[in-house]
Amino acid sequence: MGKRIGLEVSLSAAEAVKMANVDCIAAYPITPQTHIVEHLSELVNNGDLDAEFIPVESEHSAMSVCTGVAAVGARTFTCTSSQGLALMNEIVHIAASMRLPIVMILANRSMSAPISIWNDHTDVMSIRDCGWIQVFANNGQEVFDHVLFGYRVGESAQVLLPVMIHMDGFILTHVIEPVEFWEEEQVKEYLPDFKPIYALHPDRPVTMGGLGGPGIFSEVKVSQDEALIQSKGEILSAWKELGDVVGRHYHPIETYKIEDAETIFITQGSFGETVSLVVDELRDEGESVGLIMNRLWRPFPFEEFREATKGAKNLVVIDRAISFGGQGGPLAIELRSALYKEKNQPTFANFICGLASRDVTIADFKNIYRRAMEKVKENPREEDFEYYGVRGK
Amino acid sequence: MFEVRLHGRGGQGAVTSAELLALASINEGKYGQAFPSFGPERRGAPVVAFFRSDDRQIKVRTEITNPDLVLVLDPSILRIVNVTAGLKDDGILVANTRYTADEIRKELGLRCKLAVVNANRIAFEELGIPITNTTMLGGLLKAKSIVNPDSLIEPLRERFGRIADKNINAFKRAIKETELSF
Repeated sequence: MGKRIGLEVSLSAAEAVKMANVDCIAAYPITPQTHIVEHLSELVNNGDLDAEFIPVESEHSAMSVCTGVAAVGARTFTCTSSQGLALMNEIVHIAASMRLPIVMILANRSMSAPISIWNDHTDVMSIRDCGWIQVFANNGQEVFDHVLFGYRVGESAQVLLPVMIHMDGFILTHVIEPVEFWEEEQVKEYLPDFKPIYALHPDRPVTMGGLGGPGIFSEVKVSQDEALIQSKGEILSAWKELGDVVGRHYHPIETYKIEDAETIFITQGSFGETVSLVVDELRDEGESVGLIMNRLWRPFPFEEFREATKGAKNLVVIDRAISFGGQGGPLAIELRSALYKEKNQPTFANFICGLASRDVTIADFKNIYRRAMEKVKENPREEDFEYYGVRGK
Repeated sequence: MFEVRLHGRGGQGAVTSAELLALASINEGKYGQAFPSFGPERRGAPVVAFFRSDDRQIKVRTEITNPDLVLVLDPSILRIVNVTAGLKDDGILVANTRYTADEIRKELGLRCKLAVVNANRIAFEELGIPITNTTMLGGLLKAKSIVNPDSLIEPLRERFGRIADKNINAFKRAIKETELSF
């Protein structure tokens, strides 16, 4: 068993990147991701990590460097947040299309304006369709484990896609909590060296990211989508192996007390663990509730959701982002589509809350539950979602 | 679960206090969680930090609104922030002040359990500066033994390096000099 260490989650994430023995880090500091990059630059500077640290002048350059470096077959890491992600957006898409297994931590933060350094998932949703494998972490341990998972999956010859790990800014990045580090032998057993099928090399010339006109573009993009959809097999086996190696077991969706639950909360990110306590309290009060925490945002786990919600009467979906003018929050939109053809459809109550780190307490989630039970009777339209805890609403 | 809210001013090390407590309880094999009030920090402005300790994994990730204990690092905070807001009925206020427990209880109309220590004086004498975060950890542990005082020594050494001894002296003195009024 690895050593259990108390550390700020940003620093333990950086230590996981070190354990993955990356060749290159290119990043630009931005709150609340800064501590990860700072710690990595220290590790490289002190000789604890034999990697190139490239301090770039912008996030656009960070992802450009990662793309170039990954294209020659090096293991690369970067991380960013919010406006930084927006600035690198162009290259985020290119990294996926060029099938480069970069790992990036996104310390989730709202998009301005007004300027917010705080946490929500609007930055996640701005690159929803960028073609990366995307996983959410609920705590520091999950961030640590998924850095190693990210390289294991992304670099697999069956996958070759970049992997993004979502961790809630501040709520996770700035918390000090125990994380069990892996042993070196465990990393060796789990994560083979990166052996790219194609790499840029003067002796073996290939073209990457060339022009793709109407005659070929669709075929390339459809093959990219197929690669992302099919990556799920490798994702599942990488989680299985991770469980075998370190004894922690991950799934596309994590369920809690749903077996006999009439009503199921659905969350994404660090809300999940808090809501698990809400489920306990509501059950003590005699309510029939459970929880699904979504881990795999892309490729989306449609089958798992259909199976897990089969017996449920009501779903209460908690979103931490707005889809302006859309049918509720992004998670709710996805789920409603997933269940559209099901025979016994559960009722659907969608709440958007916790924007810019606004605290949503256990009492708040209980209020949300009560409000959801009222809404069920009102038989709401699909677009009838609610903002919780907003003045004037 | 035991929950502590720390009040200080930016630069006084309230976050460090919370962190050291978390490291001590994690080193004891328990679960510890420490985090700042999120956002930009301004030197001198009132700040809060949070600490939780439990024998089981800590899942709650909200701010602490009903603490078991409130730790006040700066004497001037007592008069400008309602530090006992949400304090549990049998909760404890541990304050840095030069007044006695009776005096401060009367002035602020406090009914809760109270522990006071003149941490500014101790810090001045031991460290040469009125940075009271390590001193107040002594006051806290006198009021409530959340962790064994010995468990804090290693985190203090690691954190403060060559000035660790001075901080440890201040910490130990505060354990002795804290006045309890329960």
